[in-house]
Order: sequence, then structure tokens, then C-alpha cells
Amino acid sequence: MSIQVNNITHIYSEGLPHQSIALDDVSFCAEDGQFIGIIGHTGSGKSTLVQHLNGLLKPKSGSILVSGTDITAPEVVMRDIRRKIGLVFQYPEYQLFEETVEKDVAFGPANLGLDEVEIQARVKEAIELVGLDYEEIRKRSPFDLSGGQKRRVAIAGVIAMKPEVLILDEPTAGLDPRAHRDVLTMIETVHAHENNIIFLVSHNMNDIARLSDKILVMDGGRLALQGSPHEVFSREETLISLGLSLPEPAKLINMARQKGIPAEGTVLTVEDAEEALYQFLKKD
Amino acid sequence: MIRDITLGQYFPGKSWVHRLDPRIKIIATLVYIAALFVAHDFLGILIAVGALAMVIAISRVPLSFMLRGLKPIFLIILFTFVLNLFMIPGKVMARIWILTITEEGLYMAFFMAARLILLIIGSSLLTLTTKPMSLTDGIESLLSPFRKLGVPAHELAMMMTIALRFIPTLLEETDKIMKAQQARGADFESGNIIRRAKSLIPILVPLFISAFRIAQELAMAMEARCYRGGKYRTRMNAMKLEARDFAALILMILFLAGMIAERILL
Amino acid sequence: MSEMIRIENLVFNYTREQDDEEISAIRDVSLTVNKGSFTAIIGRNGSGKSTLAKNINALLLPSSGVVYVNGYDTAKEEDVWNIRQSAAMVFQNPDNQIVSSIVEDDVAFGPENLGVEPEQIRKRVDDSLKAVNMYQHRKKAPHLLSGGQKQRIAIAGAIAMRPECIVFDEPTAMLDPKGREEVMSIIKELHQEGITVVLITHFMEEAAQAERIVIMDRGKIALDGTPGEVFLHRDAIQEMNLDVPLAVELSWRLRRRGIDIPEDIISMEEMVEFLCQYK
Repeated sequence: MSIQVNNITHIYSEGLPHQSIALDDVSFCAEDGQFIGIIGHTGSGKSTLVQHLNGLLKPKSGSILVSGTDITAPEVVMRDIRRKIGLVFQYPEYQLFEETVEKDVAFGPANLGLDEVEIQARVKEAIELVGLDYEEIRKRSPFDLSGGQKRRVAIAGVIAMKPEVLILDEPTAGLDPRAHRDVLTMIETVHAHENNIIFLVSHNMNDIARLSDKILVMDGGRLALQGSPHEVFSREETLISLGLSLPEPAKLINMARQKGIPAEGTVLTVEDAEEALYQFLKKD
Repeated sequence: MIRDITLGQYFPGKSWVHRLDPRIKIIATLVYIAALFVAHDFLGILIAVGALAMVIAISRVPLSFMLRGLKPIFLIILFTFVLNLFMIPGKVMARIWILTITEEGLYMAFFMAARLILLIIGSSLLTLTTKPMSLTDGIESLLSPFRKLGVPAHELAMMMTIALRFIPTLLEETDKIMKAQQARGADFESGNIIRRAKSLIPILVPLFISAFRIAQELAMAMEARCYRGGKYRTRMNAMKLEARDFAALILMILFLAGMIAERILL
Repeated sequence: MSEMIRIENLVFNYTREQDDEEISAIRDVSLTVNKGSFTAIIGRNGSGKSTLAKNINALLLPSSGVVYVNGYDTAKEEDVWNIRQSAAMVFQNPDNQIVSSIVEDDVAFGPENLGVEPEQIRKRVDDSLKAVNMYQHRKKAPHLLSGGQKQRIAIAGAIAMRPECIVFDEPTAMLDPKGREEVMSIIKELHQEGITVVLITHFMEEAAQAERIVIMDRGKIALDGTPGEVFLHRDAIQEMNLDVPLAVELSWRLRRRGIDIPEDIISMEEMVEFLCQYK
């Protein structure tokens, strides 16, 4: 499994006075099992980009190769793309509609035309993967659940389609710290279990730094930067000029360095910062 | 298709027509519609066309924009035309299969179609030159004398205000839900009518739930901002009639008088 | 200092729709908020913090206990408009609290309901929009604005009622980092101008900017004090599934490894200042 995005461009309201370039010559690739973080301020083109990966939007030019097949080609069957690439939108709990959790999660797999036995097996697996108790929750109405649970059921609805690529658009938006942690842990579990490619769109630099193998930085429809967390977050000035910031621990260490405090190594997470400060303070 | 409907759309501008008091414009539109029904021949229609052309010219709303509004109702106009053409008895002009065209029918067909077109353009001119919010204020103010008769003038206006505010929000919401369900493999385009109707459930259920949530939250937010109906309310933009409004009123009376005179005298 | 809000032994119960079960959202809370202060109320979803906010605004009424706002008892129906005028409220969802499709008309909504004179409303609307830096957008339609901008309009709508106190119910929960920053800086400005601020949030870094933090857990007040006092209880806070600011967390971790760090370090700046002594 691999995704190769070649020079895609997308224009909204083409030909009208308010036309705007939403994607401008974007290219990147993703390999099997990679965890890819996408960052950028609101309106930078992140959502437009991920909708292209799922075939919901078609580029004006350029191609998207999924394991060698160009999904922008006119003869491609949408169902085949959706089978391979799952997309979880922002606030996905607003798309729940069935009477029971079980039926709602089954909606995606049923649309793929799978048989009943297979659907049931997948529903069970997906509900358990997102950390919910299948027997306890399957017959309950999704509307009676807590906010965090609803979000997980909605994500299970996409996971049950067993996509080889899972895209999550700000899956933790609006959650409290506990539910936030739970959803992230769940994504890591799914990633480990399915060994799929994950795209995570997020404003939370701490999460992006901790989880990503590779980061794509969007700005004004262009791919402004791409690279490992270390490469991307060592460009503090560039990020700030794009309206973005560093993960908190990196910010702290940079502030300290500016005051002449020697702190060695790359600092992205709390653990890194702890180690750097410990090394500095224990000398005395 | 939805984009083509100019009825209810606002065309920003600063013309004399745009700046008229919304109440005057609403009354003028009603008078114009009444006048169209006073007209009984092509001379009357011609006067009505002239009056409308004058107002359109002053409003500086492009004519093409007005005509675009006719597109969605083209079928209705055609239907009216055909119905009159074949159904009016009188002196036979031509026969096609079992249908007959009479002289009177031809006359009426053109007359009715012209009346309908003027009616549509006349009323779209109101919405094209008046901001929805001013229109709402105008309706509230015009209806308020009838409050004693039990007409809920303020409540109607508030409902319109909220509807105007939330239509874009709900459209956006619909778009989001549709995309989300498509990503889960939903297919809205293929299959027979029953299948297609069924495929709307995954959109309609979440949409209704959203609408209820919005209503609930909005009601609470309005209460928190001391909303308690129209009783103690004042308005920031109190409407005041200006000299141009009176001038418009006089022109309007002259126009209606002219139309009535034409009908009686000629 | 005089009192803005006084809550005495507040209990709030409601019946859950799906199973008719009686739920206690607030269980015996007493709290006093002084005029001109900046209090953050923080807690998980379901901790009762939003229910508390709605009790302050008389949108919900106590099952038992009393809530006084500016001396008015919220249970007395005749004072409800005085209460809502003196303690205005800003809600979480920026979309669902804007009434009008023109920004300035929306800001006018509150004063109009209060029966203020037209010229006076005009002045209040202009002043409020300037206070949130949205005056240049006064003629726009709200749905064309960003989340942060919409939330600033909602704040302007509250300010235009000339309240002494504003209760913010998770005003940044649905915003991106930029919107969050915009709203927080407006909140701090309002506090500096003398408005009593009650900020309900689940972001600790926002709560840390207040003068006082009240942590709610399962319908009760778990911790109450200045940020410095509250963050001494790092373990208890984590157990309630809330975060502590990074500097507090790092100090705690380093202390565990035998390094002596003073307990009053809360912000990054304070941390850096401390580190500089060891240069």
C-alpha cells in the first residue's frame, strides 16, 4: 500500500469572480504503516486536501495514485476508493443516524456490499477497537451516549470499512482532556492493529509531534514544508510566519536556549524536555 | 438551479430605489400587482411595462439579473400560455390535431404570459433592492396595526429573521453531512425512486437533530440576552419616512390612477 | 470588596430523558465571586460546570440552595431581567447564539430587548464592536466570519448590555488556536476594564491565566484557590482527568528525580527565569 500525490491543484468556484485556489501544486507520498500529521491554520487547504485523497473532490489537474491506481481517473469506481480509504470528518458524531450503535456502525460495511456475517464480524471488531464494550453498547441508541462515546462510535463506523488508509480530520476537536487522550490512544491502537496509513489533521502540535512519522505543513493551498517532526519543528521561524507554533515543550526549551541555557538534543515531548532540563540542573 | 432563483435575493446597491423605506417598497409592490390585475388590454400592460422599466433603470440592477429570475418559472409561464392558447373559445384561427387556436385564445395567451412575467419581475425587484433584514422590519411595522386583531407581527418578523440567519448555516450543515455519509459509501444518485428516497434518511435524520440542537441553543442564548417577546423592545434602526419616500408614494398613486383611468376611459 | 455572585449550598437535579433517572448535576456547591475578579471554573465534561453557569444566569433554577447575582435571588421571577442584564453570558457554539444575519443588528439585540433608546443603542453597538476589534466587520453576515470572529461578535452582544459580569461557558472549545488566542485576549482585556469574569473551560492553560481557579468534579468543588495554590495538587488534578500547565508538570517530574524546584512555578516564563539562576 502506498499513496502518491502528484502536483494536484484545485480551484473553488472556477470562472466566478470569487474563485480561489484551494490547492496549488501539492505533491507528497505515503508508505505502508506511516503515520502522517497534517498541520496548517484554518483555511490553509488541509480539509480540501484530505477530501481529495478520498475522492470526494476531484483535482483540476494532477494525479493521486493509490497502490498504482489513479483514483482521479474518470473510470474509477468510487466504492473501490472508499473501500481503501476511510475519512473521518470533524465532529463525526453529527453524522450518526441509526437507532442502535450496531446498525450505525454497519452502515459503511453494508454500503460496500459485504455479506451479513462479514458485516457483523466487522462491526464487533470495530466497536471493540475503539475501546467500547460491544455487548453493552450494541443495542443502545447512539444519541444517548456521552460526547466522547459518540465520537468513538462514529469513528468505528469508518474503521469497520477496514480502510488501508485512515484519514482523521481533527478527531479530538471539542473534547475534554480525558476524552482527547482516549481518542488518541484509540487511534494508536487501530494503527498498530491494522498497520494502515494514518493521516491526522490537527491543530495540536503536541499530538502531531508525538505521533507522526512525517508532517505535511499546509499554507494557502501550498505544501509549505514536509519532513520528520524533528525537521519540521526545527523551523520555528517559518512555522510562526505560517501562523503555527511549536509543541509546548519545544517552545519552553527554545525560550531557555535564547537566555543562554545550554539544553542539548531535540526536544519535542514532555519526556524530552524533562531529560534536557534534568541534564542541565543535575550538574550543579 | 437553486442559484438561478433571484426571487428573495438581494442585489447590493445605493440607488434611490435601494434607499427607499422598505414599507413604501412593500406597498408599492402590492399596488403594482393590483395594477396588473386592473389592466385588461395591451395598452394597460404597456403602461405597466413602462413604469417597471423606469424603476429598474433607476435601481441599476442589471436587466439580465432580473431575467435570470424567470428561468426557473419558465415552465409555469409556458403552461399558462398553452392553456390560454387552446382553451379559450372564440373565432377559430387554426386547428392542430384535436386542438384549436382561437383569436381570443392567442390574445389571452400573450396577455396572461405578459402579466405573469411582469408580476415576477415586479416582486423580484422588491427583494433585489431591499436587504432581507429591512424587509422583515418593514413587514413587522406594516403588520403591527393589526396586532390588536391577533396578528403576531413581531413573532412573524422574528421567525423570518432567524430563518434568514440560519439558512446558510443549515445549507453548510447539509453539505457536511452529505460528504460524511458519502465517505461511508452512501450513494445518493443510483437506484429507483424508493431507493433514492431511502438513501436520504442518513442525511435527514442528522439534519433534523442538528436543527433541533440549534433551536435549543439559540433559544437559551436569546433568553440570556433578555429576550421576552416584542413588548418592551426598542429598535436600533427606527424607520423614518424621508422626502423620497413621499415622492415615491405620490408616483405610485399617479401610476395606479393612470391604470384605473385607462381601464375605465379607453 | 463587594460580592457579584453568591452561591449557597446549590443543588441541581434533573431527570434524564432516556431512562427517567434522577441525576444530580450539582451537589451542594457554595461559592462567592467578588466584583472585578477573574475566576476560572474548570472540570471534565459532566462535572457540572456548565450547569453551574446556567444557574448563575437564571437559565436554570436551583433544586435547593440559593444563587444571588448582584444581590438578586435568581429564584425570584421579577428580578430575572436584572440578573441577566448584570451577568451576561457567552456560550460555546459561536454559530448558535447569533440571532441576526447582520453583525451590528445582532449586537443590538440585547439592548433592544432591554428597551434602550435607539441613539443610545447605536452608541453601545459601536463601542462594543470596537472593544472586540470587529467594528470594521459590522455590516457583514456572520456566516462569512471565522469561528473566533463569530465568538467576538457574541462577546460584543454581551458587552452591549452593559453588564457588570460576564459568564463565559466554554467560549473557546470549538475554536482553532488562533481563535482561542483572540478570545482569551479579549476576555483578559474586559477583566482589566473592571468587568467580573467567570470563565468556564476545560483547558488548564486558559484557567491558569485567571486570578482564581475552581475545579469541579462530579458536581462538587474539588479544589479552589489561586493558580499557585491549586497546582500544588498535581496528582489530584491528574486523577480528575485534567491537565496541569507544562511548567508545573515538568517541575513535578524533576522534583521526583531529586531536583529542588520551588512550587510557585506555573508559567514558562517563570520556569526560564528559574533556570537562569543556574547558568
